[in-house]
Amino acid sequence: MTAPARTLEIRTSPHMVSGYSVDTIMFNVVVALLPVTAFAVYAFGLAALLVLSTATVTCLLTERVACRLSGRASSLGDWSVAITGLLYGLTLPPGLPLWMVVVGGVVAVALGKALFGGLGCNPFNPALVGRAFLQAAFPVAMTTWSPAFTSDRFTALGSSTLTLPFTRPLYDAVTSATPLALWKFERQASEVGELALGFIGGSTGETSALLILVGGAYLVARNMMSWQIPVAIFAAVAAFSGALHGLDPETYASPTFMLFSGGLMLGAVFMATDMVGSPMTSGACLLYGAGIGMLVVVIRVWGGMPEGVMYAILLANACTIHLDRWIRPRVYGATAQEAPR
Amino acid sequence: MSGPPVVQESPPSAWHMYRAMVGVGLGCGLLIVSVFQLTGPTIARNRAEALRRAIFEVLPGAGSSRTFRVAANDRFEPTEAAGQPGDRLVHAGYDAEQRLVGLAIEAEGMGYQDVIRLLYGYSFAEDAVIGIRVLESRETPGLGDRIETDPAFLANFQRLDVALAPDGSALANPIQAVKRGEKEHAWQVDGITGATISSVAIADILNKSAAWWVPRIRRSLDDFREAP
Amino acid sequence: MTGPLHGTPALGDEFVKGLWRDNPVFVQVLGMCPALAVSNTARNALAMGLATSFVLILSNAVISSLRHVIPKQVRIATYILVIATFVTVVDYAIQAVSLDLHKALGAFISLIVVNCLILGRAEAFASKHGIGRSLLDGLGMGAGFTVALFSLGAVREILGSGTLFGIQVFHADFQPWIVMILPSGGFFTLAAWLLVFNAVTARRARAAEPLEAPR
Repeated sequence: MTAPARTLEIRTSPHMVSGYSVDTIMFNVVVALLPVTAFAVYAFGLAALLVLSTATVTCLLTERVACRLSGRASSLGDWSVAITGLLYGLTLPPGLPLWMVVVGGVVAVALGKALFGGLGCNPFNPALVGRAFLQAAFPVAMTTWSPAFTSDRFTALGSSTLTLPFTRPLYDAVTSATPLALWKFERQASEVGELALGFIGGSTGETSALLILVGGAYLVARNMMSWQIPVAIFAAVAAFSGALHGLDPETYASPTFMLFSGGLMLGAVFMATDMVGSPMTSGACLLYGAGIGMLVVVIRVWGGMPEGVMYAILLANACTIHLDRWIRPRVYGATAQEAPR
Repeated sequence: MSGPPVVQESPPSAWHMYRAMVGVGLGCGLLIVSVFQLTGPTIARNRAEALRRAIFEVLPGAGSSRTFRVAANDRFEPTEAAGQPGDRLVHAGYDAEQRLVGLAIEAEGMGYQDVIRLLYGYSFAEDAVIGIRVLESRETPGLGDRIETDPAFLANFQRLDVALAPDGSALANPIQAVKRGEKEHAWQVDGITGATISSVAIADILNKSAAWWVPRIRRSLDDFREAP
Repeated sequence: MTGPLHGTPALGDEFVKGLWRDNPVFVQVLGMCPALAVSNTARNALAMGLATSFVLILSNAVISSLRHVIPKQVRIATYILVIATFVTVVDYAIQAVSLDLHKALGAFISLIVVNCLILGRAEAFASKHGIGRSLLDGLGMGAGFTVALFSLGAVREILGSGTLFGIQVFHADFQPWIVMILPSGGFFTLAAWLLVFNAVTARRARAAEPLEAPR
């Protein structure tokens, strides 16, 4: 059997033209990300702007080099790398030294995507691969959070951002703990309303749950994202953490806190739904989402780290291929007995 | 296998096989024994030296040491440095005038990645832990392993209070880890930022071990008085 | 029957092949367990490489000299016996030299016994060739293994701790890439070296096109 060309979407007949190409969908994802990005820059000022643009530019350049080295046609025009770069930037702490942003961006595209064969062949979300590498390589810098809404955020840069390459960052501003870390280590809950609107520090893009949801709703409304995945994640997190909270409210945080804190919103809406890493059928998507939700709660509650969305999504990415093998799309006109092998 | 029959070779007799294996086995056994004889004393010396270094490090001022084991009646009796398997050991350190400096005690407990084994020095005079050395840990390099190197963290153990409650059965104040810069009492351990779990683990290990050892040691102080 | 059947390669080649063409780590991908586990510093990697080479060379020599005596039905058991003996000898020797080094290498010294590289050379080479060639083969393979481990260990130590053999090579403010001394760093470094190795091999094959089909 000859392998089908990569540009084909592998589906059984009948085929209907949806009118959407990769470019259109990816462009709309960028649009959906814009409010989150704008708010991130508004909240963290110059530092966030630099981190986000460095991340995006690094990813674009790495893709360019990788395409040239491997002799593939350049895929810069389809916006997908731009999304990877933007998402990757949004997951980073705003005060992260720019040289670390570059390192992670190269790893994200080169290791997370190009080595697997480029767009459509990467089992893991490249943005999260880059972030996971940084988390393992520079754990201190990756968990040092500069506060949001400082008064001089548009005029001054924190000393950490422009750290010389390969040297240790120095933080001049007071750093703040994330709500999840406060809960994990000191059992101190944060105001859910503030979490939802995004007035509390954290990663560059994870602050405003509301804007992330708006972006997600836009994509779902235009039929460019499967709603099953985020819904399943939210349902699983709410149900699992709700049950734990009911058992012992002192030790376990409330479900609303779990839903609105940390990178859960950003991860559930924009990372877990990445078309390459998520399963094909809606049934499998529900399972995939539920798996992520459970893992998030397990890691947050019993793990060594306060946040687990990144690892939960990467682990679920690894399961996608098995879910797809297990739950296959029904072939048009076939009955259950003669399901294709 | 296909093709023309290989040379019709009858399988070697059992005698041949035994001869080869026993012969090789004997040679190997001889080699191992002779190497062991050759290196054994050096290895034992290295081990003892490593233990002595660790003991003198956690008991500043000590120049000689002697090992005791806990006997059945909760008293202490002298034993050789390695002890028997299953013994609970404590090493007493003495200074140049043969006065007791303190006791070095081994303790272990779960860290972030794996079991942490450490040796700490306990002094009666100060009623405190006066030194600590991590013998074995697999804490995250660069983060958790700062429990071995961070000077500010190690400074906690120059004088960490382990005084007993008035009835002498338990510690007056359990050893407890706090966030960096929030240490208020002599029994608190100032943690390492970014390595909270490892710092707490060290405090817990010390707390559990001191709660077991200190009351027993206090009850039988005289067992250690005589110098070697 | 002595010597290989089809022509006799030059003696030098028995040594050189282990360094590049049949490099145990980068080409045969054997002995991955110690290669990944103890290559977190250059010192550990070098010690592990030398210990493995020692066992490899001596077991190759002994097995080659006994190849007519050992019936083939019991050969594996005998090889293991010989290899285990030399591993034990190395274990004692390292303990005598430095307890710290022994602690750092840990269980991986004893695990040299099951390093498939050593049994592989015994079975594939030493049992069919004379002592001289087997010694050269062991020497070459051991050197190849040591060089490979060292190149893993050096990269990991430089990036992971900013030192080489414990000597600071960067400015004091160097930010260590902690991932490199974690187990995952071993995989990343090995993959990077394999990439380099294969790229060079592919380029050479292209240069010498009709000579040999790509392996």
